[in-house]
Amino acid sequence: MEVSAALVVNAIIAGLLLGGFYAAVSVGISISFGMLDVVNIAHPAFIILGSYVAYIVNDRFGFDPIVVSLVLSPLFFALGMALYRIYYLCFEKRGQESLRGLAFFFGILFITEVTLVLVFGVDYRTVSTAYGGVTWRAGDIDFPMRLVVPFLVSVTMVVGVQLFLTHTFFGRAVLAVAQDQLALRLMGVNPVRVKELAFALSIATAGVAGSFLIVIQPVQPAIGREYIGLVFAVCVLGGMGSIWGTLIGALVLGIAESFTSTFFGPSWAPAVSFGLLLATLAFRPSGLFGR
Amino acid sequence: MPGKNVLTILGRLLGALTVVFALAGTAFAQQPPLRIGFGMSLTGPLAGNGKAALIAMEIWKDDVNAKGGILGRKVEFVSYDDQTNPATVPGLYTKLLDVDKVDLVVSGYGTAVIAPAMPLMMQRNLMFMTLFGLNVNSKFNYDRYFQIMPAGPEPAVGWTRGFFDAAMTMNPKPKTIALVGADAEYPHLALEGARVHVKRLGLKVVYDKSYPPNTTDYSPIVRAIQATNPDLVYLASYPPDSAGMVRAVNEVGLKTRMFGGGMVGPQFAALKTALGPLLNGVVNYELYAPELGGKFPFLDDFLKKYQVRAAKEGVDPLGYYLPPYAYAMMQVLDQAITATKGLDSAKLSEYMHAHTFDTFVGKVGFAKNGEWAEPRVMMVQFGGIKGNGVEQWKQPGVLTVLEPGPYKTGSVRAPFQDSKN
Repeated sequence: MEVSAALVVNAIIAGLLLGGFYAAVSVGISISFGMLDVVNIAHPAFIILGSYVAYIVNDRFGFDPIVVSLVLSPLFFALGMALYRIYYLCFEKRGQESLRGLAFFFGILFITEVTLVLVFGVDYRTVSTAYGGVTWRAGDIDFPMRLVVPFLVSVTMVVGVQLFLTHTFFGRAVLAVAQDQLALRLMGVNPVRVKELAFALSIATAGVAGSFLIVIQPVQPAIGREYIGLVFAVCVLGGMGSIWGTLIGALVLGIAESFTSTFFGPSWAPAVSFGLLLATLAFRPSGLFGR
Repeated sequence: MPGKNVLTILGRLLGALTVVFALAGTAFAQQPPLRIGFGMSLTGPLAGNGKAALIAMEIWKDDVNAKGGILGRKVEFVSYDDQTNPATVPGLYTKLLDVDKVDLVVSGYGTAVIAPAMPLMMQRNLMFMTLFGLNVNSKFNYDRYFQIMPAGPEPAVGWTRGFFDAAMTMNPKPKTIALVGADAEYPHLALEGARVHVKRLGLKVVYDKSYPPNTTDYSPIVRAIQATNPDLVYLASYPPDSAGMVRAVNEVGLKTRMFGGGMVGPQFAALKTALGPLLNGVVNYELYAPELGGKFPFLDDFLKKYQVRAAKEGVDPLGYYLPPYAYAMMQVLDQAITATKGLDSAKLSEYMHAHTFDTFVGKVGFAKNGEWAEPRVMMVQFGGIKGNGVEQWKQPGVLTVLEPGPYKTGSVRAPFQDSKN
């Protein structure tokens, strides 16, 4: 193989673009798992749900799937609120959130998947966008818009979530919930309400990430399972509860995957990515940006 | 009075029909149903194909029951979702045989779910009719294994031959090749077949790697292939990675002379319409082309029935690929049971080895290893695809059949990037 500068630069750019997408699918887990201690194993199911919502509107009305997901994100927010309320009343309030809560989210994952199968069938679904087949080229360097657009929106979303959490009262309350719920209660804030809204935010990000997924590749109801390992890996690598860490961790995994695929063979990519995760945890158990 | 006569005739006719239906009902009631068991991928990555196959098999069941069943027995299916997960298969078939006590079993769709059922079939000495497994019996050498897929007696070699035969018609002849495929059962076996042709033709392999099936972005793989500058790129893949690779190849602008070969996916409407013009120039296998409609007239009736049901179920609305073969698999079984007048695995196997069968996909005969005696995989090149509509796929115009000879409608257009226009 001829290793040229263009090949190296293309590998870096492909890794960054992929990492941007990984950040979008993982940021919700950083909030729910990293900050709220809610092991939402069903997170990928909401990503797929987001894909199908974007697909329906795109298919019927031709609207851009990413714009659709942003406009409809309040619906996912509301869904997240309802889901957390059920989880809280049935499990967390009774101190049974660890094992039974996990089973609950597994159940949600399968129910969502089966519902999508029953409603839409099992065929692969795709969307059409104005930029889907466009590739911008700068010499030998390629920028496929199918990945660039989700990357830009994803980074904006992740940065927005970080600014929201650090610069608003509610955001600080979420960070406080992650640290000391009792102290928050003593200050007159209801931690359950804060957790409810924060969990809803995580589901809203999953809905938006779903639109990125269906722009990038065809989707079928069971495809979400493939992202369970990835979202938790990014969250742990970046540092539990750190949004910047999630972004950096996702970009690191994306670049590692792209470099390995380009220079050593794609079948090594998962091994290198998870090896990187293990090595990071060995030297920095709290992750790259964990406290 | 004429009116009274008409009433009398109608009354007698009604009476006769009642007796006929009552007798038929009694016949069905006297005989226990013939229960055929199988697992099928109704969820998971190959569910689109699995559900399409199930629809075809159900159409066959309805057709055969309307004619009085097999050996006077009404046919019933006992089927379970194997979730496209090989690990579920042994348990599922054990349940079918020991708990449900079905009379016969057939396979679900695809190599990955056929192979795990084989040890059980061999242990019980059962005749096993299978659907679209590539070269499964090469590892088992089971004499009661039969396969519906037109890959020929050396399946991996027959499946991939068309790509290489078409490539060698180019002038100058290609010298180098990149081989790439997913880390899964079918792509591994297809690549094994491709390597046989590579050796036979003296091609130099400049890239030979596999990738995880859940890869999200394929552009690094395509760029790595481009860096080796191959004349040919042979890809063996499943639907999601077929789509990912075709998109990446277009985005990167892969410069090669011929690309494709063993992609599962572009045979179905979902990927045909999703990829649209991105498929222009790609060479890939197909089992049916509207260009050859005259050579497959027997499919028309079946496709009409299938397309109505597929639209309701939300699966492949064209049905050119797997469904006719799923129906044909059951036709072979029907004819063998009727001829041997029973369900004895030894007799059925003996009969199936010795005879040919008339099916919707033509005459089917089996080689010693249970594969089709004659290969009939078509290698086609896509071209002239405009937009993402499904209608253009129902009529001649967007496929050029390159191989095999009797079906050929044109020659390879190369190099790949030029052939896209």
